[in-house]
Amino acid sequence: MNRDHVLVQRPGPLTSVVIENVRMLDPGAGIDTQGDLVIVDGKIGGDPAGLPRIDGTGCIVVPGFVDPHVHLRTPGREDTEDIASGSRAAAAGGYVAIAAMPNTQPVVDDAQDLARLRELAAEQAVIGVGFICAITKGQLGSELTEAAELAELGAAALSDDGHPVSNAAVFRRALQYQHLAQLPLTLHEEDMDLSAGGSMHEGAVSARLGVGGIPAVSESVAVARDVALASYEDARIHICHVSAKETVEEVRLGKMRGVHVTAEVSPHHLLLVDEDCESLDPATRKMNPPLRAIEDRDALLAALIDGTLDCIATDHAPHGPSEKELPFEEAPFGVTGLETAFASLYTHLVLPGKLPLEILIERMTCDAARVLDLPIPTLTKGATANLALINLETRWIVGGGGFQSKSRNSAFLGAELTGHVTLTIAGGQTAWQV
Amino acid sequence: MSAHRSLVAIGDLSRDEITHVLELSDRFAEVMGRDIKKVPTLRGRTIINLFFEASTRTATSFELAGKRLSADVINVKASGSSVEKGETLKDTVLTLSAYQPDVIVIRHAAAGAVASATRYTEAAVINAGDGKHEHPTQALLDLYTLRKVMGKIEGLHVAFVGDVLHSRVARSGAIALQMMGAKVSFIAPPTLLPRGAAEGLGVHVSHDIADIADADVVYALRMQHERMGKGGFVPSLREYATQYGIGHQRLRPGQRVMHAGPINRGVEITDQLADDPAALITTQVEGGMVVRMAVLYDLLSDPKVQRGAHDVSAMVAA
Repeated sequence: MNRDHVLVQRPGPLTSVVIENVRMLDPGAGIDTQGDLVIVDGKIGGDPAGLPRIDGTGCIVVPGFVDPHVHLRTPGREDTEDIASGSRAAAAGGYVAIAAMPNTQPVVDDAQDLARLRELAAEQAVIGVGFICAITKGQLGSELTEAAELAELGAAALSDDGHPVSNAAVFRRALQYQHLAQLPLTLHEEDMDLSAGGSMHEGAVSARLGVGGIPAVSESVAVARDVALASYEDARIHICHVSAKETVEEVRLGKMRGVHVTAEVSPHHLLLVDEDCESLDPATRKMNPPLRAIEDRDALLAALIDGTLDCIATDHAPHGPSEKELPFEEAPFGVTGLETAFASLYTHLVLPGKLPLEILIERMTCDAARVLDLPIPTLTKGATANLALINLETRWIVGGGGFQSKSRNSAFLGAELTGHVTLTIAGGQTAWQV
Repeated sequence: MSAHRSLVAIGDLSRDEITHVLELSDRFAEVMGRDIKKVPTLRGRTIINLFFEASTRTATSFELAGKRLSADVINVKASGSSVEKGETLKDTVLTLSAYQPDVIVIRHAAAGAVASATRYTEAAVINAGDGKHEHPTQALLDLYTLRKVMGKIEGLHVAFVGDVLHSRVARSGAIALQMMGAKVSFIAPPTLLPRGAAEGLGVHVSHDIADIADADVVYALRMQHERMGKGGFVPSLREYATQYGIGHQRLRPGQRVMHAGPINRGVEITDQLADDPAALITTQVEGGMVVRMAVLYDLLSDPKVQRGAHDVSAMVAA
C-alpha cells in the first residue's frame, strides 16, 4: 500500500548541493562508501558541475531519521510546542519524518481534526509530519473512531497514546476493524490499576525514595494481553516505548509465535535508570513509562541489537516550565528528545562500543519507517533526498545554545554529547543547516 | 537555588554531622531545664514554617524551637493562605522568600516537594515531611531519644512494624539508624511493605510479627488511612490489629516501644501500651523541640552564611 500521502511538508525550493569527501552510510541499502554525494533538485545523484559544495570531512551522511512517536502539542498547547517548532527540533536532530500522537486538546479523533492539522503542517512543517488519530473517541476507551475515513484522509496510524485501551472487548473490536481500515495500531501499554499512584519505577530506588512505584508488570501484563488478542484476530500491533525486561520477553515470545507485533524503545530508557531519579527533578527525570532498573536498560539494548525491539522512538514530550516546576509526584510525565536522540545514543552506546553505528542508523531510519509503513529514506541514486549530515567529532552541550523546541525539559539538559547534525534535507528541501 | 545548607533528606548529613546535632541537642536540653527557657542565639533571624499538610507535633515544635532561639517565626498554613486560591508551591516559596527568611520549614503531601522548593529560594530549607519520601528531623529526634534512653545507638536493633509503605518516618529512620550503626528490620503485612526495601534500604524484612522478639526497640508505625485511597491495603483494621498490633502480650521484658504519633489506639498499638512508661512516645515529643533547636542552630551557624557571632557555647554558658 502506498502511504506517501501520510506525510505532509511545507512546499519550498529543492536543494542542489555536493557534500564532498563524506562517508555515505545507508546500511538498509547496503551502502557504505567514502566520496562525494551529489544532490540535484532534491534528488540523489546527477551532474555536480556548478553546484554549491559542503566539506564532509569527519562527517557521515545517513538516511534521515524517522520517529513514529512524538508529541507536537497541537492543537491546545501551542505554548509548549507547535508544528513549526516541533518539526524544526526534529530537523535539528536529523529527522526527516515524524508521527505526532493525538492526545492533544482536543483529541484528534475525527476527519475535521485531522484535515485541519494536515493543513497546518502544509504551512509550517519543515520535514514530513504524519498525524496519528485516536483509537477511541476522545481517547476515552469506549467508542471506536471512524478509522476507515481517517485512513482515506491520510492518518498515519491509530493510537490512544497517553492511555491504554483498558477494555479488552473494545480493543478486540479495534483489532477486528483494522482488517477494514488497514491502519497500524500503536499502543501505550499500561494497567492503570497496577500503576495507580506511581511516579517512578517500583524497586529498590523507589523504596528508598518513598516515591510511588509503577511496577514493570503494569506494562508487561498489558502487552501480554494485547499480543494474545492480536494473535487471535490476526491483526497487527506496535508497542510504544518498551521500558521493562518483562515486556521485552512478551514481545520476543509474540514474534516467535508469528504474531504481527513490532516495538519501539526510547533513548532515555536505553541510557538512564531509576537511580538517576535521586534528584527528584521532574523536568528531566519523570516520564511514563518510567526509567527502570539497570537490568531493564541492559535487556532493552540487547533486544534493540537482536531486533526484538524494532526501532528507536523519542516519545518527544514537551512541557512548559510551569507544568514541570512542581513536586516530583505532582508534575506531569514526559521529556523532550528529538534534538538529542542520535547524539545521546552515539555518545553513550556507539562510542563505547556497545552498539554498532550501522545498527543504530537502521533502527532510526528504515526500521522506524517500517513500523508505520512510512516511506523509507535512502541514499540510493534517484531517491528523493531525505538525509542527515552529521559531524561525528563535534562536541556540544545540550541546551547550551537553546533548543529549537519551545520546551527545554530534556533528559540530557546540560550534558556534553558528541555528534552534531549540521544539515538535514527532507523531501528534497533543506530543513536544517548549521 | 538555596545558598544555605538545607536538610531535605537524612542522607544530607554525615555520621559526624548527626553526632554533632545530637550533642547540640543535649546542650539545648540543658538550657530548657533552666527557669528562663529562651536564648538570644538566633535573634534577628527569620524562620517561616510552611505547612501544606496537617501537623501538631512537628509544627508546634518547630515554632517553639525557633521562638526559644529568639528568632522571628512566621507560620503559614495551606488553609487560609493563597494556596487555597491555586498558588503553586513555587510561587508561594518565591513570595515568602521576598521577606528574606533565613529558614523555610516545609511539610507537603508530595514526595519531592521540598527538593523542588530549594530551587526557588535562597533560604535554607528544612524538610518537615514530604509525602512518603522523608522526615529527617523525626529521624534525628528518634536517634536523640534512643541515645538518651538506651545510652547508645550503635549495636541496637530497631524493628519498624506496620505501614512501612506510606511511612516517611520508617524511611528516614532506617537510613539514620544504620548510619549510626544500628540494625533495622521492617516487619509488615505483605501489602504494606515496599517492593525492593531490603535491597534499597539495606534492612531486614519480614511478614512475621514474631520476629520483633529479636529487637531492642519496637517502632510501631501509624496506619496512614489518608494515603491509602480507595481500596484497602489490609482487609480490615480489626484483622490488622490482631496480626500486627503491638501490645504488652507481644513484648518481652526490657523491650522499648516508640511511635511518631499521632497514634491510632487499638490499631497499631494497644491503649494500655500507649499509656505505659515503657513506651517512649512522650519522650520522643520532648526530644523533638531540642533537636529542632539544634538543627536550626546548626544550619544557621554555617560559616558560609554566618552574619554575626553566634557562639552557642557562649550562649549556653551565659
